[in-house]
Amino acid sequence: MGNMHELGIANSVLEAVRTEMGLHPGTYPCKVGVRIGEMAAVDPESLRFCFEAIVRETDLESLELGIEFCPRRHRCLLCGNEFIVRDYDSRCPQCATLDTTCIGGDELELAYLEVEEYGPSTAGTKSTQ
Amino acid sequence: MDRVPLERKVLSENDRIAAELRARFQEHGVLCLNFISSPGSGKTSLLECTLENLPRHDRVAVLTGDIQTENDANRLKRFHFPVKQITTGGTCHLDARMIERHLADWKLEDLDLLLIENVGNLVCPSSYDLGEAAKIVVLSVTEGEDKPLKYPSIFFKSDLLVLSKIDLLPYVPFDIDAAVENARKVHPGMEIVKMSCLTGKGLHEWMMWLGERRNACKPLAQNTAS
Repeated sequence: MGNMHELGIANSVLEAVRTEMGLHPGTYPCKVGVRIGEMAAVDPESLRFCFEAIVRETDLESLELGIEFCPRRHRCLLCGNEFIVRDYDSRCPQCATLDTTCIGGDELELAYLEVEEYGPSTAGTKSTQ
Repeated sequence: MDRVPLERKVLSENDRIAAELRARFQEHGVLCLNFISSPGSGKTSLLECTLENLPRHDRVAVLTGDIQTENDANRLKRFHFPVKQITTGGTCHLDARMIERHLADWKLEDLDLLLIENVGNLVCPSSYDLGEAAKIVVLSVTEGEDKPLKYPSIFFKSDLLVLSKIDLLPYVPFDIDAAVENARKVHPGMEIVKMSCLTGKGLHEWMMWLGERRNACKPLAQNTAS
C-alpha cells in the first residue's frame, strides 16, 4: 500500500517535469530536485524506487531524482530562535518555552529541474522524442 | 547545464482542485470534514453515531471511500441522508478530483455539512487535500498508544483526534493518557475527544465540537448571500 502512494507522487513529479520541459525547447532534463519533509508521510527510498521504475525504458530513463530531506523545524514565539525538532521535543532550546510554532517539515515540493542543451552528439537521438 | 527553479507543490494539481472545492464550500457555507484512520478504527461507526443524532431535516451528505464494495454506503444510507460510495479500485486514498466528480450531481446550496470518510489508511490520505475545513483522525483503543509517534503526519495535520472504542478500555492494555500525551507531542494543543459509539460516552462532546465548527462556518454563507 505504501508504494502505491509514492508511485502517485513519483507520477506527479514526472508530469511536472514533462510540463516544465515544454518551456525549454532544445534541452533535455538531467535531474529533478524535490524536497520531502519528515512529516510529509512520504518515504524517500520508496519514492526513489517508484521513480526509477516508471522512468525505466522511457525517454526520461536518464533523469535523476534528487531528494532533499527536510526535518521538522520550529520557531520560538518568544525569542525568535529557529531550531530543528528532535524526538518530538518542540521546546525552544534557548528559552525552554513550549510556545513555538512549526515552520517546516511537511514539504512535498518540487525544488528545481536541471536541463542540458542537446549537443551535436545527442541531437540525432534525443531530439526526435 | 541550467538549473530551473520549480518551487511548487508536487501535488499541485490536486491542491488546485482542492482549493477550488474549498472556495465552493466556503461560498455555500458548507462545513467539509475529512475523517482519516487505520482500517477498523471506527470511522463508519462514528459517522453512523453522528447521523443518528442529527435532525432528519438536517442538510448533511456523506461521501465514503473504500478500495472495493458499497458496504459502508449501505450502512450509512439507513439514516436517509444522501450518501455516495467512492470505490477507488485500488488507490489507497481519496484525492480532490474524486471528491469533485462525486459531488457533481449534488447542489452545494442544499448542504450545510459534508462528511468525507477516507480510505482506511493512516499514511497516504494525509498528503491529499480534499478541500476540507478540517481533518479528523480516529484512533481506537485497540491500537497502540504510540501511533501518533509512528504516523506523525496525520496527527500533525488533523484538528481533532477522536479516541474511539473507549468502552473497551477495561479489557485492553491501552494507556489513554500516554496516547493523549503522544498526540500532543506531535501536535501541541490538539483537540481530543474520547468516545464510544457503543455506549454513547463522549458523544455529547463530539456533537458539541461539530456544532461549534458548523456555527463558525455559517456567517460566511450569510455574508455571501447578502
